[in-house]
Formats: sequence, C-alpha cells, structure tokens
Amino acid sequence: MTKTIFAGFGGQGVLMMGYSYAHAAMNEGYEVTYLPSYGAEVRGGTANCTVAVSDDEIASPIASEPDYLVVMNNPSLYMFQNRITLGGVIFLNSSIIEARPTRKDLEICEIPAGEIATELGNPRVQNIVVMGAYVKKTGRISPDAYLKSLKKIMGEKKKSIMDVNRKAFTAGYELLS
Amino acid sequence: MNKILIQGNHVIGEAAIRAGCRFYAGYPITPQNELTEYMAENIRKVEGGTFIQAESEIAAINMILGASAAGARAMTSSSSPGISLKQEGISSMAADELPGVIVNIMRGGPGLGNILPSQGDYYQATRGGGHGDYRTIVLAPDSVQELADLTMDAFDLADKYRNPVLILADGMIGQMMEPVVFGEPRPRKYDESYVLKGAGKGRSRFIRGLILDALKMEEHNWKLHRKYQAIEQREKRCEISRTEDADLLIIAYGTAARIAKGAIKRSREAGMKVGLIRPITLWPFPDHVIREFSDKVENFLVFEMNTGQMLDDVKLALNGRGHVHFYGRPGGVVPTPVELAKVIAHHYNNNRSLDED
Repeated sequence: MTKTIFAGFGGQGVLMMGYSYAHAAMNEGYEVTYLPSYGAEVRGGTANCTVAVSDDEIASPIASEPDYLVVMNNPSLYMFQNRITLGGVIFLNSSIIEARPTRKDLEICEIPAGEIATELGNPRVQNIVVMGAYVKKTGRISPDAYLKSLKKIMGEKKKSIMDVNRKAFTAGYELLS
Repeated sequence: MNKILIQGNHVIGEAAIRAGCRFYAGYPITPQNELTEYMAENIRKVEGGTFIQAESEIAAINMILGASAAGARAMTSSSSPGISLKQEGISSMAADELPGVIVNIMRGGPGLGNILPSQGDYYQATRGGGHGDYRTIVLAPDSVQELADLTMDAFDLADKYRNPVLILADGMIGQMMEPVVFGEPRPRKYDESYVLKGAGKGRSRFIRGLILDALKMEEHNWKLHRKYQAIEQREKRCEISRTEDADLLIIAYGTAARIAKGAIKRSREAGMKVGLIRPITLWPFPDHVIREFSDKVENFLVFEMNTGQMLDDVKLALNGRGHVHFYGRPGGVVPTPVELAKVIAHHYNNNRSLDED
C-alpha cells in the first residue's frame, strides 16, 4: 500500500490531483481511498487530500506517515515535511517553493511547474505537470491509464483544454528521466 | 459492472434516489453538507422528486413526517447537534409508525463540538434518542460501498416495519471517496392503506401519536414493543472476520472497524491470533454472535471513537462471561491501525501471562 498527501493553496488544483490519480488507480484495479481536508480551515487557505492505493482492503484513508508528498506551496511543505515516512519522496513545485526540506533521508523531485505551464500557455495546468512527474516516479500506473482517467473526468469540457493538459502531463513525465 | 469513484455523502443521495426516495428536507451542517447539496441538484431531476432546504433541522424532520404520512419515501440528514434537534420528530414518527430514513454523519461532541469524525452518538442512536418507549433501526456502514447498499436497505426496512431507520456514519465515511457499484433496488412494498391521501368516498384514516387514555396508550406501547421484538429476532446483522482461531476478539463498528481490520492484519503478522466482530446493525445489536463466541474466547476488546458506549451492549451480551477491555478516542481524533495494534499487543501479552500462571 502507498499513501500520498497532495497539498497546496486552494485553487492550485490539489484536490483534482488526488482525485484524478485515485480515479486512474481504481480503473487499473487497485483498492483506493480519497480523503479531502474539509471544514473551516480550507476556506481561502490551504487545501489537501490523501490518496491510498493498495492491492488489499484499505484500513484507514488517513496517512499518518505518507510514502509520497506532493507540495505546491511553502506552507504545505512546512506542514507535512516531517510527517512523511523515512526515505520517502517529496514532489515539490520549485516555481513557488523557496524552502527545501531539512531532512536528509528524503528524495526530492523539484518540478518547475509554474514555468512549464506558462510556456504551454496556461498557468492553470501546473498541477498536471506535477502529476506527470508523479506518475513517472511512482510507476504504479501507466501514463496512458492516467490520461484516460483525466479525459473522463474532464468530460465535455473543450477539447483544447484536454490537449493542453496532455502536453502538461507529458512535460512533467519527461522531466524525470 | 459500472464502478465509480464517489464520496460517501454523495453516495447516500444517489442510493436514496435510486431506492425511490422522492422527498428530502434538510438544513446544512458539516460534515454532511455534500449530501444536502447532492439532493438539491438531483432529486428534482426525477419525477415527483422534491427538495426543500428547511428553515431548521426541526422543520426538516417534521416535513419528512408529513411526506411519509402522505406515502412518499422520505429522508432527512444532519450531523450530531442537528440530529439532537430532530429527536422530537423521530419520536413522533415512531409513535405514528411512519417510515423514514434519517442520516447522521457524526462529528465530535457534546454540544457543537467540532466537525471531525467521531462515534459519540451511539447511545442516542440505539436507545431511541428522543422521549418515550421506542427504538429505531440503526445501520452502521464501514465503507462507501456498504453505505450505498445500506441506504437502499434502510428504505426497505423502514417500510417493512413502518419505523424510522437511522444511518449512522461519521465525517470520515461521509467525506471519503471510494469505488462503488450500485446494486439494484427492490420494488417498494408498502400497503396503500397506511397512506393519507384524502378519504374520498372511503373511511377516514387517522395517524395519531396523542393518545390520552392510559390503557389505549399502554396497548400502543405493547404493540410497538412486539414490533421491536420481531425486529430483534429478524434483523440483526454483523460481519465476523478472522475469528476461526482467535483468542482475542475486537468488537468495533463503522470507521473504528476499518481501523481495527488494519490493526488485526498487523497483529496477525506478529503472530497474535486476533479477530473482529463488526456489528452492522447497532440496534438490533447482534448480541447472539458475541455470546456464542464467549464459549471459546476469553478476551474481548471493544474499540470505539468515544469513551465507551457500545461497551455497555457488549457487556450485556456477555452477561459476565469473559474479560471485556476497552480502547477509545473521543472528540474527533481518528486513531491509527498502528496505535490500536499496540493496544492489542498489550492485552494479548497480558492475557498470555495470566493464562500461563
């Protein structure tokens, strides 16, 4: 079983990151849970969600020691960096986050998601850039499986939006080699 | 098989609509708001569907009382403090023998408490909750899939016994998304003779909870009591898992039961023979199963996200047999499987040394 916390500002699409990954993992036959943060603390501030993916039944959807942490802003890094398991991986949006984790046991994947998304002409797809890197590094599901789910979630939205998301995902995927 | 990833609160709404719920009234409260939102959006899309955002929780429960009397499958939902407000109406529905489904997505309490997952409303749910001598059937799912199935069952049970049915879950089950496959709802069986829809040329019908004559009220009480006895005989449900060789049994429901499953897995890997009894109906309580296990198991660990409420029912079931231990985390804390596994190890090893003496 692996657990991931996705965290950032409300509006950066962190809930979408977790939801789309959980959706894709479900379609690949895994047991999944998706738990969003809810309530007063998320209004206008930080948002996060936890995704668990497993071959077996999942006991708790909460991650007290996540294997992976995806952070889109500074406060999220401060909030979660010491919760991640020993030797875990942090995916870090280096376009915004100036700080770096103090722990030496972690593997850090820096992703300049803001710059890449801006180059693609739509800063809003920076979350999907990070998802490209995440899917590559974690390796549990194929890029095709992820994109198939993303397309399904986007539904009837304009084709051009899916096109830019696909480009964003590919850019992130190819960033880590 | 059409598997979808869906949130618990949404699943209740979707399952209710599929089961033929055509009247929903509610008043917003976290952590169940997404259910009210879902009904606002979707119940009006089906023929005869009515959504009302009521002016209060009290108004909402009385609206479903009225809708139920008029023959609709009706539902309301809230979270702990809001459910307290509904108790007068639930008592009235029990007195009037009206079916209806009430959803409680529990949060930390007492009072306004907080919005986090908790199981503090067990007593309220299983002891009637409001005033008077009555019971409500209480269903406690431990996954989003089971929430879908039990929501459909809730409407059938409510009709079958003409009694309110509670779905008791917490903020975690309500907020969490999991894969769900919706089952086929059964066709409704509800005798037209119970429905108030205008006498026409026939006889007047009455649904009445105010019975001033003591003997008539007593008769009504015994009638309800016989119904509750029938429910106790027929409707107890529970899941048992990994009990075959167990010498310590955990008893937990809902979110706590999920955590217990994770803890049991760890404990088993460490060589401890631990099993689970998970009540699915909290009332009627599956006491017969617990009692049967007391022939071969000496130690029971009740695990709840409160300070010990179902604990009483377990002790009643065991009636002095075996040793009953308790571990609880109230107030909105969600304990971890690792934490519970440590508690299990403590009791398991203690009892080992006792047995060897």
